[in-house]
Amino acid sequence: MAKSQDQNKAFGWAANDKSGVLSPFHFSRRENGENDVTVKILFCGVCHSDLHTIKNDWGFSHYPIIPGHEIVGIATKVGKNVTKFKEGDRVGVGVIIGSCQSCESCNQDLENYCPQLVYTYNSRSSDGTRNQGGYSDKIVVDQRFVLSFPDGLPSDSGAPLLCAGITVYSPMKYYGMTEEKGKHLGVSGLGGLGHIAVKIGKAFGLKVTVISRSSEKESEAIDRLGADSFLVTTDSQKMKDAIGTMDFVLDTVSAEHSLLPLFSLLKVNGKLVALGLPEKPLQLPIFPLVLGRKMVGGSQIGGMKETQEMLDFCAKHNIVADIELIKMSDINSAMDRLAKSDVRYRFVIDVANSINSA
Amino acid sequence: MGKEAFGLAAKDNSGVLSPFRFSRRETGEKDVKFKVLFCGICHSDLHMIKNDWGVSTYPLVPGHEIVGVVTEVGSKVTKFKTGDKVGVGCMVGSCGSCDSCTEGLENYCPKTIQTYGFKYYDDTITYGGYSDNMVCDEGFIIRIPENLPLDAAAPLLCAGITVYSPLKYHGLDKPGMHIGVVGLGGLGHVAVKFAKAMGLKVTVISTSDSKRDEAINRLGADSFVVSRDQKQIKDAMRTLDGIINTVSATHSLLPLLGLLKPKGKLVMVGVPEKPLELPVMPLIFERKMVMGSMIGGIKETQEMVDMAGKHNITADIELISADYVNTAMERLEKADVRYRFVIDVANTLKPAP
Repeated sequence: MAKSQDQNKAFGWAANDKSGVLSPFHFSRRENGENDVTVKILFCGVCHSDLHTIKNDWGFSHYPIIPGHEIVGIATKVGKNVTKFKEGDRVGVGVIIGSCQSCESCNQDLENYCPQLVYTYNSRSSDGTRNQGGYSDKIVVDQRFVLSFPDGLPSDSGAPLLCAGITVYSPMKYYGMTEEKGKHLGVSGLGGLGHIAVKIGKAFGLKVTVISRSSEKESEAIDRLGADSFLVTTDSQKMKDAIGTMDFVLDTVSAEHSLLPLFSLLKVNGKLVALGLPEKPLQLPIFPLVLGRKMVGGSQIGGMKETQEMLDFCAKHNIVADIELIKMSDINSAMDRLAKSDVRYRFVIDVANSINSA
Repeated sequence: MGKEAFGLAAKDNSGVLSPFRFSRRETGEKDVKFKVLFCGICHSDLHMIKNDWGVSTYPLVPGHEIVGVVTEVGSKVTKFKTGDKVGVGCMVGSCGSCDSCTEGLENYCPKTIQTYGFKYYDDTITYGGYSDNMVCDEGFIIRIPENLPLDAAAPLLCAGITVYSPLKYHGLDKPGMHIGVVGLGGLGHVAVKFAKAMGLKVTVISTSDSKRDEAINRLGADSFVVSRDQKQIKDAMRTLDGIINTVSATHSLLPLLGLLKPKGKLVMVGVPEKPLELPVMPLIFERKMVMGSMIGGIKETQEMVDMAGKHNITADIELISADYVNTAMERLEKADVRYRFVIDVANTLKPAP
């Protein structure tokens, strides 16, 4: 096995410890198996989870880690059992690359809830391989976990849809936000997840209000992203006026924050969906839940079928991420800026043009 | 000016109730007047007389699990007549026109008028069921099935609907489903009974082993888990479709979320005063949910009581005389009751001399 690994040399940028500093790293991918697709990576989005993982914020990082799970590239090799893709196809790889494929969740196309889910990076496959992510020149993935990238969806600004896009699309469908036009959705936090939630929400015919700590992003949100209104949480009069006006709130914020003001914005039967992964538990006030029959739920990415559906939906509605394209060698300063939320709204690494063997 | 009435009122936040004379409004054209026979003591009554929630005004006549016999009906009342056995729960009025009201969810109307301690349309303060008679709009009167003993049926009007409503709304009423009930008190014991009547498998979750025998042998629960026992919790992980959580003390949600199957629902009907810690990982990685629920609409309350009639579901009560009420409140504070005190109003409540 060692010998065949060496034959499929690969190169990427990895973090070696919780300083989170990324540097060139040589490794190998498995040989392309009969169910596999080898992808030459063109672009890879920089997700906030990448930053959390390389810094071991959640406590389960195993170094060295090559992050990256918003991967778009070209299929350069397909195994003999592969039916969905051929060489030259433009494809995507998102947050998961494996599951048991036989449990109730997998059978319902919800691989993301499989108890034996395998993440694209910082994980181990059943054969013992340590999986490395998309800040690299190529990746080898089972066809079930490869997505077809629709024509009309640009590779660079479409890449973040593979995590950010599905992360907001899936709960919007599951929690019934897309069933009726005209319902009112609040999007808390205007970053990688939030800005895509605004675009997808508008495409579903919802009224969208962005909820933010400062007014800095107000004209962006309304004039460029198409939000209907903007609510600053520190403006107590405006918050008061907005009480009980929203059917749903998508909370994309992972920093510690209070849920109470978000609950107050919900109508009776309103739903708050938590998507950010804070380091510490949040504080849950029970009174608003009980008095208004409100709910808090969560969601994690989506299954493969749903992710494909989301990509096709975004292609149809011309929904892409707002990105800042960077070179691989700029990744560390990009991470520093990401830590301060200094990006409109996703960095994407121009992998093919800037990753080079040292 | 109204008709004379007498009852027990709290005059301040000491928690002590004493005899009190007041007046009820004249029976209006849509009103039903009834002689109160029994009134349940809800834990909310204790919170309200002590002003734990900061919303109480005195004098306060509590009681929102009220049953009795109709003595008079207004000229436009169609659904009830003198002699009918009726009850009133937690609400006596609502706006009638908002989305919640039109869906039969008066309990979520922003202008709900609670049975006691609230301002009524005529600017009077509502007085509850620790009193000799009640006057209430027909739209908020519940008919009690003939076969149910009135004393043990009284607590259904708050405790019963509080647990019935979320079981139905959240689809936790399908035979074969498995639900957990946290806390075996006024709400919890009634939840076990309704859940069993719906054909569900029921696990009671409690902080101590002391109620295990009761839960299984008397109330019919299928199993019992002590929440402080790591092994018992571990063995029950991912087994429950839903949990009805009746606990109002501060407690940890993490083990409870662990007991839910993926997509499971944790329903809060107890209301801790301070926020609880919410572990977000079980919500995100297993799509579990935490929701709240508060009593139910009038239509739903009638439906619940009719189901109770069909399945002979009543509360387990300790019937007390009116002059025992202060002792009962002290015991309630220590959860020393199996599982609801009910005041024998008609036989023991006397006006102040």
